Amino acid sequence: MHSLIEPLLLAVVLTTFAVLGTSRVTACVRMLAVQGALLGVLSVAVERHVSPHAVALGAGTVVIKALVLPWFLRWAMREASVRREVEPAIGYMASLLLGAVVVGLSFAVASRLPAVGGEQGTAAGLLVPIALATLLSGFVVLITRSKAITQVVGYLMLENGVYLFGLTLVDRISFLVEVGVLLDVFVAVFIMGIVVFHINREFDSISAANLVELKES
Amino acid sequence: MTPETATPVVALLLTLVLAPLVPGVATRTRALLTGRRGSPVWQLYADLWKLSRRGIVYARVTSAPFRLVPIAALGSVVAAALLVPLDGRASIFAFPGDIVAFAYALALARFVLVLGALDTGSSFEGMGASREVTFAALVEFALFVSLAALSVATHQLSLSGLAGAPLAERWTSATPALGMVAAGLFILLLAECSRSPVDDPTTHLELTMIHEVMILDHSGPDLGVILYASSVKLSVLAALVARIVWPVARLAPAARLGALAAALVLMGVLVGVVESSMARLKLPKVPLYIASGAALSALGLVLLLR
Repeated sequence: MHSLIEPLLLAVVLTTFAVLGTSRVTACVRMLAVQGALLGVLSVAVERHVSPHAVALGAGTVVIKALVLPWFLRWAMREASVRREVEPAIGYMASLLLGAVVVGLSFAVASRLPAVGGEQGTAAGLLVPIALATLLSGFVVLITRSKAITQVVGYLMLENGVYLFGLTLVDRISFLVEVGVLLDVFVAVFIMGIVVFHINREFDSISAANLVELKES
Repeated sequence: MTPETATPVVALLLTLVLAPLVPGVATRTRALLTGRRGSPVWQLYADLWKLSRRGIVYARVTSAPFRLVPIAALGSVVAAALLVPLDGRASIFAFPGDIVAFAYALALARFVLVLGALDTGSSFEGMGASREVTFAALVEFALFVSLAALSVATHQLSLSGLAGAPLAERWTSATPALGMVAAGLFILLLAECSRSPVDDPTTHLELTMIHEVMILDHSGPDLGVILYASSVKLSVLAALVARIVWPVARLAPAARLGALAAALVLMGVLVGVVESSMARLKLPKVPLYIASGAALSALGLVLLLR
């Protein structure tokens, strides 16, 4: 199973790039679903011996990250009728190049960190830099996009980065903690979805820029 | 001449002869996939033959350099071809740093075409030239990122080093990274050779053309030479990508030549498949497309530097 780690991690980076470079919210959500599925497979692949424990965690991840959350985001999109991100703070090309810079930066930073998951240069050693890269790209999306729904996508990408980081400690962190995190994220996205829905009803758009003005009435 | 020294020369001649076939194969694939019969694969040979018997008309406003454009463009493309290890092992000329010479030989071909386009004073051609140069500036950066990645992978500074034997050994240890660099280079190939999704070689609407609009004022044999030069450029880049994906340095000379011919045809089919499955991008989207190629190569570079 170990030989699968490297291609899977690179596929995660490619989905990150796809989210950074696309203007269609539907495509963003689809890529996020793919990323969730990849994470589910990864959490099984990093195990030395496949245990029922890991399989359960992987299956749970796939169900929540690749099926439920994207379904919920699609629902929110339908309710708020958004199709594409209008004016991001920086262009798609700039954010894609920023993504490439972030990946380079994460590799540079990760090589200075004490090795957690595996030795430097091995497939497992890729986990830390790519976790960092996913996390930071999530930040980039979160900061630069203006629609609340793309910001939720950014938040989920950030969380995916945290999840990847958690995989380096898979044999030390208990199963319950991971499941708890998954549940937390699930609840958080639910709340966000409801907030998005209400922003849309209140302002007739889900541009987060509207939230700058305070209203006293 | 031993077979070992002769194969690069034979490979170059083979590429020069087969070059017009590659766009033909691409067009045919595209036609078949979209449910048409399409023109025969040797259409470009017929076109070139037809053009070679035509007279040349020069616009009165053009000056002397305009007449040198076709042959200068062909010359620079062939010069670039001399540096590529077409036979999979060695190129005809190789020296440390010839990757830079390769990139700028291709850039020179584009430069003379742009000069010719500007020389006519036609506003359409000026527009095409400005688009071509805009995208070329982006492609150049991305091309150097991917060449740098290959150079890092093999610790070589010449094309025949980095696309020849040393690369074959790296494939076993760095497959995903090299795959990304190759995919990035393929994206650049489509942009560099003005194929879909960047430019549509079959378009006849001046407003949307990039490469084609620059050569509107060339006629007869001149036009033929330019068309031939662009097909050679496509074949050389296709052969380079094929050499990276499929290093054949260990095969016998004859097998390597066969692999070259097969690779050219396969790349033609691949270009045709991409063209039939993707619509032409809007012009403002093209930089994003090129940036995605650069990002792929950069990721490969980071992985190889690790």
